[in-house]
Amino acid sequence: MTTKLMGQGVQRVEDQRFLRGQGRYVDDVAVDPATLHAAVLRSPHAHARIVDIDVDAVLDLEGVHAVWTHEDLTGPMAEPLPLLIPHPALTHGRTQYALARDEVNYAGEAVAFVVADDRYLAEDALDRIRVTYDVLAPVVGIDAARAADRLVHDDVPGNVGARMEQGTGDAQAAIAKAPHRLELDLTVERSACTPLEGRGTVARWDPDSNRMQVWTSTQSSTGVRAVVAVKLGLDLGQVDVITPDVGGGFGVKINHPWPEELLVPLAARTLGRTVKFTEDRREHFVSSAHERGQVQHIEVGFDDDGRLLGLDVEFWHDHGAYTPYGLIVPIITSTQLLGPYKPEVYRVVFESLYTNTVMVTPYRGAGRPQGCFAMERTMDAIAAYLGKDRAEVRATNFIQPDEFPYDQGLIFQDGRELEYDSGDYPASLEKIKALVGWDDFPAFQKEMAAVGRKVGIGLACYVEGTGVGPYEGAHVHIETTGKVKVATGLTTQGQGHATVFAQLVADELGVRFEDVEVVTGDTRRMPYAVGTFASRAAVMSGSAIHLAARRAKEKVLKIAADALEAAEEDLQIVDGVVSVKGSPGTALDLGTVSVLSNPLRYAFDEASKAATQFSVGDPGKPPVPEDEEPGLEGRDFYSPERATFASGMHAVIVETDPDTAEITILKYAVVHDCGRLINPMIVEGQIHGGVAQGVAGALYERMAYDENGQLQNASFMDFLMPYVTEVPDGIDIDHLETPSPLNPLGIKGAGEAGVIPSAAVFAAAIEDAERIPITAMPISPSELFHLRQEHTP
Amino acid sequence: MSEELHDVRLRVNGASYDLRVPARRLLSDALRHDLGLTGTHVGCEHGVCGACTVLLDGAPVRACLMLAVSAQDQEVTTVEGLGNADGSLSNVQQGFAECHGLQCGFCTPGFLTTITAGLRDNPTPTHEECRDMIAGNLCRCTGYQNIVKAVERAAELGLETPEDGS
Repeated sequence: MTTKLMGQGVQRVEDQRFLRGQGRYVDDVAVDPATLHAAVLRSPHAHARIVDIDVDAVLDLEGVHAVWTHEDLTGPMAEPLPLLIPHPALTHGRTQYALARDEVNYAGEAVAFVVADDRYLAEDALDRIRVTYDVLAPVVGIDAARAADRLVHDDVPGNVGARMEQGTGDAQAAIAKAPHRLELDLTVERSACTPLEGRGTVARWDPDSNRMQVWTSTQSSTGVRAVVAVKLGLDLGQVDVITPDVGGGFGVKINHPWPEELLVPLAARTLGRTVKFTEDRREHFVSSAHERGQVQHIEVGFDDDGRLLGLDVEFWHDHGAYTPYGLIVPIITSTQLLGPYKPEVYRVVFESLYTNTVMVTPYRGAGRPQGCFAMERTMDAIAAYLGKDRAEVRATNFIQPDEFPYDQGLIFQDGRELEYDSGDYPASLEKIKALVGWDDFPAFQKEMAAVGRKVGIGLACYVEGTGVGPYEGAHVHIETTGKVKVATGLTTQGQGHATVFAQLVADELGVRFEDVEVVTGDTRRMPYAVGTFASRAAVMSGSAIHLAARRAKEKVLKIAADALEAAEEDLQIVDGVVSVKGSPGTALDLGTVSVLSNPLRYAFDEASKAATQFSVGDPGKPPVPEDEEPGLEGRDFYSPERATFASGMHAVIVETDPDTAEITILKYAVVHDCGRLINPMIVEGQIHGGVAQGVAGALYERMAYDENGQLQNASFMDFLMPYVTEVPDGIDIDHLETPSPLNPLGIKGAGEAGVIPSAAVFAAAIEDAERIPITAMPISPSELFHLRQEHTP
Repeated sequence: MSEELHDVRLRVNGASYDLRVPARRLLSDALRHDLGLTGTHVGCEHGVCGACTVLLDGAPVRACLMLAVSAQDQEVTTVEGLGNADGSLSNVQQGFAECHGLQCGFCTPGFLTTITAGLRDNPTPTHEECRDMIAGNLCRCTGYQNIVKAVERAAELGLETPEDGS
């Protein structure tokens, strides 16, 4: 009997090609001297009117094929890029043009597009374009946006794109009545996903078949396909989008279309040549997307035990120059802020503000790190005020295991009720306390203090809505060789989908893992899909693949039962062979079942002879039974009512240097509950990566804009992405598996979790070590040094 | 006016290639776009991330900080040249496979070349030395935890089955 692969740390199949240098990322496609290369002229100013663009000097250059500015765009291409997720509260949504028209609103905005024989020549050409700008004063930072002395967009009063309020009652009244009250003012700075591979697109127009083929480094191939068709005036059926290997996404590649995702196909069709755009690192910093920047004001009322009686949160979200991704990030902050807790009354209001900086779209965690920061800093403040243990105050406020499903009384990012499906927060708390040594820490802290060392411990809890809809689908095809080809439409950026999805198919279908091949993100193989975001791939496509495999299996059993003259319920499928239970000699391999599933007129090999018209079939019946289709395939979709809610808790022990204020991580612990695990090795890998990104966002990474809207650290020299030397040497992980009742496998998402509590947990630990309130993240040693000076009497 | 081209003979993974390239052609671009050896990846083009690391006469160098013409007569080893002659994975590659040392795989070639040289110079590294060995390469996916394990595993495999240190 085959061992179930669900829950096993199966080695990844995709690694074989990656380790040999045979991955195929977008810049590896169309490596051919005939391929043309694009480069983009970007605005050097954060805010300016375009007076004139002179491209005359460009076309004289040998090797340059074409140049586009907004004037050259027509029809839908000349219109603003789509606002992907409209929302009634987004009263003043604005998106950029593929190439700037009349005005630029951030340094890095695309102004002109050049196509040449190679990238070197294309960049030479950019130097020859003369743009006359009328430079305007920019709006940089949340304070400037709120002050609204200057406007980013003339027709957006107060720089306010949206104002949105949600709540469960009169929070101010509840706070006024509470025995104790506190107020907090918190800040989180901008950061960015920063995958090692930037954005890139290749397009080829085939005039013989009138088709456009696009390879792009995206998290939504079907999204790109739809917009390329619309913008270029093509039928959907004329456009194929193929997502090759993607060198990391972390959210930034869910936004689409980037200007280049439209301009490259346009150039390919216009010039009749394959065209490629691969952005460089500086371009990624100044022209993709950032996230995280928020200012928060919290008012809370609580009782003697620290129970939340009223919570009133107001925050200001910096969404940059444009709002292509709507209000998803601040909506997530405003709802997921609640974490595992149940305040009696909650109200939240936010303003989403324009600034003359790179636009904001989701970055792993997508607004949750900020929400978690707000709530967990509040918990710590309550504990400090009451002189109580920080873990105890949290436990007092937990939703209890017998309270699920728990409706928080708000509307979540998917337009559905914020209703938690399952969880066990008290059990998680016990695990994290044991894992980090919470109860023993005060003694350790005292011991260290005695020798002049400062150490602190922090704890932070979160809940993450994962696996949001609307749906994903899957197609499972058993070929006549017995090999199983699986396709799902969402894309892969390193999560090991080819492995985990093959595990699910092997289990459900009873085939060998090695015989299953999974393709993701190719619209030719699965044209109905949404994308990879919100920790949804395992939940959505995993469930769809499980269901599709079940359909294929049903068909296998029907055909095999017929051929073996046995009842379906007496059959089993093991290692790709269907046999009668207890009678192993009576068997058919899946390849043969596949042959039988497709009645043939023409034989093409030995196996197919068996399916031809003089070999099989009852002459009294149609060769393909009514209500059946030829071929051994299963197709199904998974569309849940609502998201499933994963959860977890992190704890960290840090040491701060008494002289230099350097912050060192002594221990990092994670308790994680993502329901049933498909592949624990891969889940732990996701947690490791999330924690490292969290360390980065808490202690190192920020977007250093100056007052002119120039990003001062737009390189890996200056943007401090952690090396191994900055991350903990070892991360202690414990799992809790509270199954989700919402999907057939009981799984919840795991991709983003690792990064959510980091700012909160580090702030708590540093505060504990220093006895200075930490209200702004990230924090560098020099900032901590200055905080010490401010707090020295 | 067209650019002046230079003849250069590149020796990569044991094979010789004759190219005519402009002086400014980066080694990384020549490997990827002229020779089609796309296993070497470019993550920053300013020498910080280490994804483009290749071995030049056995020593790790950033291919994005070097001109193709200056690699004349030197032996370049890329990720495509790391595997064993029989097609199996090298110990370093095998260590990564066993320890889940990669996710998206984009930075991986630079780690593999760097560690290959590192373990050749120090086949029995301590845990700290394993961390030091990879401290010049950026990875955004793994948090480095399993890359360190992969180095340790590769060293272990090296003691079991030493490879030809070419």
